Amino acid sequence: MVELYLLLIAMLGAAVVAIEIKDLLAAAVSMGIVGFSVAIMFILVQAPDLAIVQIVVEVLTVVYFAAVILRTTHIDSTIGVKPQYLPTIVYFVFGTLFLIIALYALRDLPRFGFPIMKVASFYINNGLTQTGAANVVASIILDYRGYDTLGEAVVLFTSVLGVLTIMRRLGKKE
Amino acid sequence: MGGMTVIVKTITRLIAGFIFLYGVYIVLHGHLTPGGGFAGGVIIAAAFILLILSFGTLEMKERVSYAFGSLLESIGGLMFILVAAFGLLLGSYFFLNFIPKGTPLRLVSAGIIPLANIAIGIKVGAGLFSIFLALGASKYIMKE
Repeated sequence: MVELYLLLIAMLGAAVVAIEIKDLLAAAVSMGIVGFSVAIMFILVQAPDLAIVQIVVEVLTVVYFAAVILRTTHIDSTIGVKPQYLPTIVYFVFGTLFLIIALYALRDLPRFGFPIMKVASFYINNGLTQTGAANVVASIILDYRGYDTLGEAVVLFTSVLGVLTIMRRLGKKE
Repeated sequence: MGGMTVIVKTITRLIAGFIFLYGVYIVLHGHLTPGGGFAGGVIIAAAFILLILSFGTLEMKERVSYAFGSLLESIGGLMFILVAAFGLLLGSYFFLNFIPKGTPLRLVSAGIIPLANIAIGIKVGAGLFSIFLALGASKYIMKE
């Protein structure tokens, strides 16, 4: 578990750098470090499929950001501007509230990444009898983890909405 | 507008129906065999994309299928949420499996899972097809 905490510390550092540094390209790279640390973390807790997705998403995001930054400007113009106090206070209040509630809500969860594959073995052993679906993947994504699938559907819906909004040309009378 | 050569058109005419059927099979058997709504929806979308690519479309026809695609996508999403919310209406929790489970390994079994698979299949197929039309086909046709 030591490596997980080392990764967490590295991610925290990279996140702070990404927010505070003046060069936007360096900020994008630091953001990439955070993402790749998440990918390594997925590998450490034995979720290689998620790690692959995370790597792909992270590469695409960093390349996209780098392309935009190289074409526009390197300098973060928001650093050095007089800070606004109200949003910071609101953020801290709600952040603390969220942390306290999460502490209570997640008290009974097992320790992070331990024991590995406990939930998975529960799904494999009880999936057929509890949901009646012979395909254990279907029983997980549509019954136990239905909310995840709903989120996925929303992601797809949003991407379709975005593409249709940006790329629509047929509706215009030119 | 014109589409591809006669070889591609002939092969497509033979194959597209089978691809579509295979996608429907994958969606309907999502709770029994590997696959499900997402994979089957992609295959269904691939059948239509193959048709559009090989035959080409008139702009009017494409506009109709464009509107139809986004309509179907929304219907699929709504269907999925309704299936999930029906458990809430019955006085229990979201995503309650309210239909009797039935015997395993039969086509009609596993409660709401096949319904949710069908909804996701419609949604993914129509959504990917709409994305394809918006990203690729419309530009291709506008040029001609």
